[in-house]
Amino acid sequence: MRTEIDFCGIKMKNPVTVASGTFGYGRGHSEFIDLSKLGAIITKGTSLNPKTGNKPPRVCETDSGMMNCIGLENPGVDYFINEDLPWLKQFNTPIIVNCFGGVEGTIEAYVEICRVLNTLPIDGVEINLSCPNVKAGCLAFGTTYEGVKEITTACRKVLTNKPLIVKLTPNVTDITLPAKGAEDAGADGISLINTLTAMKIDIEKRKPILSINTGGLSGPAIKPVAVRMVYQASHAVKIPVMGLGGIMNGDDVIEFMLAGAKCISMGSANLVDPESSIKAIAGVEDYLRRHNIDDINSIIGAVEMN
Amino acid sequence: MASKYKLDCEILDTTKIIDGIYKFKIKAPEIAKIAKAGQFLEIQVSSTGETFLRRPISIYNIDKEAVEFIFQVKGKGTEILSHKKVGDIINVLGPLGNGTFTVKEYKKVAIIGGGIGTYPLYELAKELQGKAETTMYMGFRNKGLVTLEKEFEEVTSRVVITTDDGSYKEKGFAINVLKEDCKTEKPDIIFACGPLPMLKAVQEFAKSENIPCEMSLEERMGCGIGACVGCNVRIVTENPDEVKYNYVCKDGPVFDSTKVII
Ligand SMILES: Cc1cc2nc3c(=O)[nH]c(=O)nc-3n(C[C@H](O)[C@H](O)[C@H](O)COP(=O)(O)OP(=O)(O)OC[C@H]3O[C@@H](n4cnc5c(N)ncnc54)[C@H](O)[C@@H]3O)c2cc1C
Ligand SMILES: Cc1cc2nc3c(=O)[nH]c(=O)nc-3n(C[C@H](O)[C@H](O)[C@H](O)COP(=O)(O)O)c2cc1C
Ligand code: FES
Repeated sequence: MRTEIDFCGIKMKNPVTVASGTFGYGRGHSEFIDLSKLGAIITKGTSLNPKTGNKPPRVCETDSGMMNCIGLENPGVDYFINEDLPWLKQFNTPIIVNCFGGVEGTIEAYVEICRVLNTLPIDGVEINLSCPNVKAGCLAFGTTYEGVKEITTACRKVLTNKPLIVKLTPNVTDITLPAKGAEDAGADGISLINTLTAMKIDIEKRKPILSINTGGLSGPAIKPVAVRMVYQASHAVKIPVMGLGGIMNGDDVIEFMLAGAKCISMGSANLVDPESSIKAIAGVEDYLRRHNIDDINSIIGAVEMN
Repeated sequence: MASKYKLDCEILDTTKIIDGIYKFKIKAPEIAKIAKAGQFLEIQVSSTGETFLRRPISIYNIDKEAVEFIFQVKGKGTEILSHKKVGDIINVLGPLGNGTFTVKEYKKVAIIGGGIGTYPLYELAKELQGKAETTMYMGFRNKGLVTLEKEFEEVTSRVVITTDDGSYKEKGFAINVLKEDCKTEKPDIIFACGPLPMLKAVQEFAKSENIPCEMSLEERMGCGIGACVGCNVRIVTENPDEVKYNYVCKDGPVFDSTKVII
């Protein structure tokens, strides 16, 4: 039984990766699971300089999911290089660094962080064009064909020796347009979806719960939207798709792969149960066994439409 | 040795302390063995999807192979938890938190708790037995909410109880009695847990009197293990305009009161 996946040249033992911002740089989860068993680790969104996020409260529960407005808080790339990267290298697992353009959020800022990442012993770079919780940048580029193409082209120029993955937002009318923008700019792959912009109101206080009023919705609540978008995007582009949004277990992994994802990422599930990624890998293997499937690659996009 | 565990724990005992407040005892040998005063648990209250995130609850007491926690029914999660029965299994992460109360020899210690914030202080008081002369200051809104008086009397040198409305023992806020006592003799350290206004008052008082102070903080949590950076608390920086955060689950929940802005 083969579970190996080649995603944009990144060799993964299995299709299960952990999503940016829900796994930090791996230390918290390493107390519960063996990070070497994962398909890949995607780091917390990292910028050139340290970035402070939003005021608390910045997480809350919703029906079948959660919301966050962290605001891309991170210690900066130098800290990552000195403290976390050497530690992460002990695990035999590809490292994909998720990045963004810092407080500025300009194209130049995206290019600068990509330039640094291009020189590091990492396996891939995921650029986040889809955070709903910061004022500058990100979403500004992420919602149109032209915007995604422009910023991806600029990052591609300096990311000469790492796979480039573009992370897309679901806060659009037609997901195939930004997906094509990434492809046409030379991205190696796309990942979707990031969180859906949402709001939760405390009816006693008549105020939104999160400090900046809105936040990004994640977890099972967004899964059907994500599956639909993964299906649409994977049929619109030839580059591989990493699917995410509400994946909790092995069955969900299979569903995303049938829809067209070459690999997947688990986000909020890591918060609820630090072992959920490892359990999902076991669930996938169980599915393959039950269905006598020799190679997991054979199920990618294998859904039969009515 | 692992420092954190994820365990399916059997509920050994449930006690209704007063309306809406319950004490649970769960079997968790691994956690009981290494847990420190001030640490907490992340409890999965439903395995069928009624709730999504875990609920953070402090450890109240460590008892050989078991740990106890006390919780107040606030919303959906704690409501579900309150219906669990002896023999039921709950999934628990713990012991969580790296910032814990400093247990060592002191001459005189003041512990101050408000309302349900008194519970996370019990294990501390217990561990300080024989190490310090401790006074426990407990504040409640009214007589009906006074809890654990006997329990604290057994493990501390003196218990002071106040009620906001004067319906039991002293009328007023616990901190006022602490302030009065400090006029005669200052404690080496103050430990505090409770509602924000109380913590702010304690923090300010400790600063003005130059008494070391450790306080346990709360914030909404995503993971409890330092992965999501959801549970931020602002910390003191040299430049007062600079905003910097620590994380309640990772750096706390117990903080040096001079280091945080609450
Ligand atoms: C470190 C720590 C220790 C705690 N120890 C205790 C304890 O020993 N006893 C006790 O009774 N309570 C304690 N709390 C508070 C307790 O976590 C909340 O009362 C509980 O999560 C409410 O859940 P709910 O589903 O009933 O309420 P809901 O309001 O329905 O909860 C909705 C969401 O908000 C979160 N939430 C709501 N209020 C709080 C709060 N005050 N703090 C953190 N998250 C909150 C919930 O976890 C949940 O994700 C502690 C909180 C923290 C952070
Ligand atoms: C607490 C939290 C922090 C996140 N931080 C980031 C981030 O820094 N960069 C990013 O691209 N996505 C971030 N995300 C989005 C997730 O990576 C993922 O796209 C989204 O949560 C949907 O997946 P899920 O439903 O499995 O959580 C974050 C999500 C959460 C819940
Ligand atoms: S709750 Fe996730 S970092 Fe503290």
